[in-house]
Amino acid sequence: MKHTLSLAFAIGALLPLSASAHKMWLQPSQTVIAGESPWITVDAAVSNDLFYFNHVPLRLDNLAITAPDGSAGKAQNPATGKYRSVFDVELVQQGTWRIAIVNDGLNASWEEAGKPKRWRGNAATFATEVPAGADKLSVTQSVNRVETFVTNGAPNDTALKPSGRGLELVPVTHPTDLVAGEPATFRMLADGKPAAALELEIIRGGTRYRNAQDEARITTDADGRFSITWPEAGMYWLEATLQDDKPSATQASKRRLAYVATLEVLPQ
Amino acid sequence: MRMKLTIVLGSLLAFPAHAAELQLDIEIPTLKVAEYHRPYVAVFVEGVDQKAVANLAVWYQNKDTNEGHGTKWLPDLRQWWRRSGRTLDVPVDGVTGPTRPAGKHALRFDARNPELRALAPGRYTLVVEAAREVGGRELLKLPFDWPAKAPQTVRAQGKTELGAVALAVKP
Repeated sequence: MKHTLSLAFAIGALLPLSASAHKMWLQPSQTVIAGESPWITVDAAVSNDLFYFNHVPLRLDNLAITAPDGSAGKAQNPATGKYRSVFDVELVQQGTWRIAIVNDGLNASWEEAGKPKRWRGNAATFATEVPAGADKLSVTQSVNRVETFVTNGAPNDTALKPSGRGLELVPVTHPTDLVAGEPATFRMLADGKPAAALELEIIRGGTRYRNAQDEARITTDADGRFSITWPEAGMYWLEATLQDDKPSATQASKRRLAYVATLEVLPQ
Repeated sequence: MRMKLTIVLGSLLAFPAHAAELQLDIEIPTLKVAEYHRPYVAVFVEGVDQKAVANLAVWYQNKDTNEGHGTKWLPDLRQWWRRSGRTLDVPVDGVTGPTRPAGKHALRFDARNPELRALAPGRYTLVVEAAREVGGRELLKLPFDWPAKAPQTVRAQGKTELGAVALAVKP
């Protein structure tokens, strides 16, 4: 399944084991907060069950925090344990913070004397480490974004401006203004362009306490838009993956983009 | 004699006997719980589109404690926070104040209140929202017309965090 493969590839690059499709996620202690400089804490893990820590931690190597004014924010007290990573963020500005782990690079495979070779890196290291004209060279652009959003005070959009790389969620409804029973609309972009006909999977947390995943599957329209009316309050996991042969990186012939967001839906 | 009467009448007309006003009685129930905290309460007016148009009262912990500044829990007043609180710079003179104890509280707002003065004539809803630490949250809605052509009385009864709430609108 398309979904399984791309996640497995992204995970394979991050972790030494398993090719099965686990879910990556960040979970903030809260998404709506008030105060001069309130703190939140964020868990980062990879697991099958939402939102339980029972597999491996999500490494914090490529953690990117964007403050409400667009500047880089700071993670404090980071730690990686057996099943999860955790870090704190002091929300020193009013507005919406974007907290993301972004792995943006290239994967290549080729053969050297009949032996398969695998490589992962970026555009800079590609030039020096991957032999040009290698036998059966296949290069894939891989961008994997796992993120969440927290608003201190009134929400704003500055930190949510798309970077133009990989799959991204652009608000029509603000991602920290979600309420049970109300519809929310978002747009998905792939490398900065509307991602039409993109399939998303949305699952509410607390899977341990029910008999089915109860996932919602939604497809974006020609403008990359989709809407969902939240059935109940809770922490929701949203995922989308895209695979095709339209990479934005010139070295690659294919791209695999993956996106995960954790969204909190509050009660009325 | 006639002249004197005219002057007196003239004075009467310049200052009406009473201005239009809202009289709100809010009861905070006495609760027998092991750990009691006075509730945070927001009283605001929303229009037919559910947009907040006036803030009348916000009671919250004004002092800092080692748990943090009292504003930290304002988002627990979920509806108020979303419709108004998160863009409001507290404290607001004449609107915000400290939390109040269990009992009956009488509030009076007349047409000169800056928040009410700005309201266009129409149908509104007075919303009373209460949230209590290690307790629950309750929201009551009382519809009314402003300004009132005739006296109106609207009542609502809370079940958990609010008691009897009565709104009297005087023309």
